[in-house]
Amino acid sequence: MLDDFLTRAVIAGFGVAVATGPLGCFVVWRRMAYFGDTLAHSALLGVALGFLIGISPTAGTIVTGIMIALALVWLQGRRTWSSDTLLGLLSHSALACGLIAVTFMDGVRVDLMAYLFGDILAVTSADILWIWSGAALITAIIFVLWRSLVALTVNEETALAEGIAARPIQFAFVILIALTVALAMKVIGILLITALLIIPPATARQFSATPEHMAVGAILTGALAVAAGLYGSFSWDTPAGPSIVAAAAALFAAGFLTKSLFSVILRG
Amino acid sequence: MTEAEQLLAASGLSVTRNGQTILNGIDVRIGRGEIVTLIGPNGAGKSTLVRALLGLEPITAGSIKRAENMTVGYQAQRLSIDPTLPLTVRRFLTLTRRADDGALRDMLGHVQLDADLGKSVHVLSGGELQRLQLARALLRDPDLLVLDEPTQNVDISGAVELYRLIQETRDTFNCAVLMVSHDLNVVMSATNRVYCLNNHICCSGRPAEVSRHPEFLRLFGQSAADMLAVYTHDHDHDHGPGGEIVQGHDHAPGDGHGHGHDHDHAH
Repeated sequence: MLDDFLTRAVIAGFGVAVATGPLGCFVVWRRMAYFGDTLAHSALLGVALGFLIGISPTAGTIVTGIMIALALVWLQGRRTWSSDTLLGLLSHSALACGLIAVTFMDGVRVDLMAYLFGDILAVTSADILWIWSGAALITAIIFVLWRSLVALTVNEETALAEGIAARPIQFAFVILIALTVALAMKVIGILLITALLIIPPATARQFSATPEHMAVGAILTGALAVAAGLYGSFSWDTPAGPSIVAAAAALFAAGFLTKSLFSVILRG
Repeated sequence: MTEAEQLLAASGLSVTRNGQTILNGIDVRIGRGEIVTLIGPNGAGKSTLVRALLGLEPITAGSIKRAENMTVGYQAQRLSIDPTLPLTVRRFLTLTRRADDGALRDMLGHVQLDADLGKSVHVLSGGELQRLQLARALLRDPDLLVLDEPTQNVDISGAVELYRLIQETRDTFNCAVLMVSHDLNVVMSATNRVYCLNNHICCSGRPAEVSRHPEFLRLFGQSAADMLAVYTHDHDHDHGPGGEIVQGHDHAPGDGHGHGHDHDHAH
């Protein structure tokens, strides 16, 4: 039935919006967009490795994401290259290796397009269960770490001096991003995951006074983008993932115009 | 003077990184109610020493004794909050510890910052942000208040105001104050001890003693010693390094040397 797959798609998409909203705020505040991109790009390699060593593609993605993050931290410690260069190096080589690894996998049929651009309309009930339990776990961890993470983000030096243990929190943060990538992969696709981490928080920023407002706003705008994108996808037969991202971008633009208009009116 | 309750004491502290000695045989102590100032040129190891004292930097030799359950309040040198992070005055003050609005307003009153709790921190000036930081640190009810270059980005009269505030804070909250400064021009007279650092402790003592110390002269030169004005609470005059009276702040030695820069902040 038509309604069934659309309903499942919307429920799955809302789950992803709940996970990416608050986490995406930190990605924006800490200027880690490229880092998110790098973890997302490594996901394909994770899928391939998952098949190769016989664990689930999701587990493969999480493990690969964490390995890439550790490699980054290690390379940054050597201070030879800038973070920017290192991220570009890791991001694209991981994607390239992933694409190569997938072609070598004979026996297993991998729908490459589905992994790259998402296949939200083929979401099963099992996927929904996994996405929502993942989203619940991510939200719970973010909730517990919230105050410390915000303090670390505002000024790391101060937070450290006043006794906040930065290392475990930052490590947890990286794992959360890797988990989110694995979670959002099926819905939005590897190439566009970062968009859901960046655009809804950026939209919410325009109307927020506190970090908490922005996190809730990011969830709401993310969910709205999912609903609008899927509606558009269904109406005009466009690919689901890109439609969601385009809807998110349209919401950002609408927010920006509204805000600009209001400030012009207020100034008289 | 009776011995103050010891909060921090380091002896023979050394830090070596990549084969380079950054700190060598440092002896430092800080007791409750004391104001301790750490001065030294750039690269002297001031921030490394503070980090080591707070337990954030592995030490190569020596020992550090810290009072148990010591609460630290910290004021960073430069606070640059990413413009994508929405933050009100209220939310900034409660970053690490919750407090009700009444307590927040009282603290803003203490640091003489006239700002609405719902105001965005992004519109505050550099000096206002410094006061806001101080208010936030004090809301933690700290045993030790660490101020990293508190007078940077503040003009000379602002600095004098700030020193008065710090002294008042020490008196009101009975905490210890550890101040870090590369500004050799002004050291507040309320300072109990000045440590002059250049990888090792060159000299230490009361402000007026330090400014006459041969090691200080060797390190910073006579001109720095001439410029070192010991700020006193008395607003009529400052004491120069030799104890001579210098009339008025406008003519205070060290005035006009690099203070009162223009600050262009991109918002």
